[in-house]
Amino acid sequence: MTHLLTIENLNAGYGDFQALFGLGIHVDRGEIVAIVGANGAGKSTLLRAIVGQVTMTGSIVFDGESLGSIPAHRRVGFGISLVPEGRKLFASLTVEENLLIGGHRTAAGRWNIEAVLDLFPLIRPLLKRQSDKLSGGEQQAIAIGRALMGNPRLLLLDEVSLGLAPVVVKGIYEALPGIVASGATVILVEQDIGVALGAADRVYCMLEGRVSLSGTPAELSREAIAAAYFGVA
Amino acid sequence: MVWVNALIQGVLVGGLYALFATGLSLSFGVMRFVNLAHGDLAVLAAYLVLSWSGVVGGSYWLSMTLVVVVMAGIGYASQRGIFNFTLGADPLPGILASFGIGIVIQNALQEHFTATDKSIRLGSILTRSIKVTDDVSIGWFPLVILLVAVVVLSGLQLFLSFTKLGREFRATADDPKTAQLMGINDKHLYAVAMAIAFGAVALAGFFQGGRTTFAPTSGGLLLLFAFEAVVIGGLGSLWGTLAGGIVLGVTQSLANQQWIGSNSLAGHIVFLAVLAIRPSGLFGARERS
Repeated sequence: MTHLLTIENLNAGYGDFQALFGLGIHVDRGEIVAIVGANGAGKSTLLRAIVGQVTMTGSIVFDGESLGSIPAHRRVGFGISLVPEGRKLFASLTVEENLLIGGHRTAAGRWNIEAVLDLFPLIRPLLKRQSDKLSGGEQQAIAIGRALMGNPRLLLLDEVSLGLAPVVVKGIYEALPGIVASGATVILVEQDIGVALGAADRVYCMLEGRVSLSGTPAELSREAIAAAYFGVA
Repeated sequence: MVWVNALIQGVLVGGLYALFATGLSLSFGVMRFVNLAHGDLAVLAAYLVLSWSGVVGGSYWLSMTLVVVVMAGIGYASQRGIFNFTLGADPLPGILASFGIGIVIQNALQEHFTATDKSIRLGSILTRSIKVTDDVSIGWFPLVILLVAVVVLSGLQLFLSFTKLGREFRATADDPKTAQLMGINDKHLYAVAMAIAFGAVALAGFFQGGRTTFAPTSGGLLLLFAFEAVVIGGLGSLWGTLAGGIVLGVTQSLANQQWIGSNSLAGHIVFLAVLAIRPSGLFGARERS
């Protein structure tokens, strides 16, 4: 069986700045794949390439379909949802509207407001609130819920633990098995290696726009990861 | 009593200013875009109403309906074909592009219709009025304009607040990149906003052409009044724009009652005062940091 996502020889960047150099990864259905690496390694650029928001060459094939020429706004319809770094909730919308808009342009499926509230009960009392007045953890749960409303087959999580207290991060990562059980495959980008290794089936370590190491958490020693992470041999 | 009358006339003309300002307010609110051709588009629409009335059997109202629809289409096309390419962190390309289009429109109108003043002769509705007292009467036509302005602006505001597409407009105004992640085509949405803006300004141009005379160069002052209404009311709020238009109209009317001919100046002074004291406008939300 082919992979759900196959990326080969990907060069990508913003304007004249190139962030990814001939990168290749693959992701299988039902997997949780972590992408770790230092700041500036190109992790977020990789996710932005998958959703179509950077200029790129190379090949991204999702479920047998080449995404290269498909505009960003149509990719959510293919089943690809990104939870962007910094949550990026719509400040003029209420929490409920933020969730609803996640499912505007996609077919109905397993996820709806009730299912999201079951996954993250902390959102329930906040539905009518403006989304810009909430705590980081609340915002992150809403951002993930908003992405789930699109019923993604591939959920991309960009730095969901950034700036959150460990107990809040724990709560968010505990939701992952439920998300995978709903039929989603997950790629998570993390700077926190410990969190990433704890959650992932497989890990790619990135350094300066390339994959420097890959394997399952069990295969990889802390030393090897540290070397691949910081580029010291 | 003359003051009451001045107040009422101010509110009525304020409706027209608000209608002129609708498109500016919407395009600024949704895509942070200031269209300097806005006033010229109103004048263009007024000329088109005159020219096309023959096609629709001589009725200016029917002609206006046709013009509003066509202008909306032109609005969509010009956003997709021109203005979308000027959007970005720097507002200058959009300002320059629309300024250029405004000049092209003025000169094309000058070339085709000459510089002679024209007006849209709507007949008896222009002169009929409701007499309230000896000093106070309310003209039917200004009343119709005010009601249309209220319906258009409140309709748009309700559309933005309570419909699915309106929610997408607000989300895209907040953050177009993230809106794309929701499957929203921001370029298309901007063009829909511009279609509404062009349609509304065409309607305003028609009313202006019925109320008074116009010439190819009339657009500049209309743009200025529209801009003042938007700023006085508060950027990004359609209720504010309606209120801003009325504040501008009342200011001009009251000033003119006291010192004949001082209306425009008084409007500009209120505009500057609002900018200086309360730059977010009388009714606008404070800018989010």
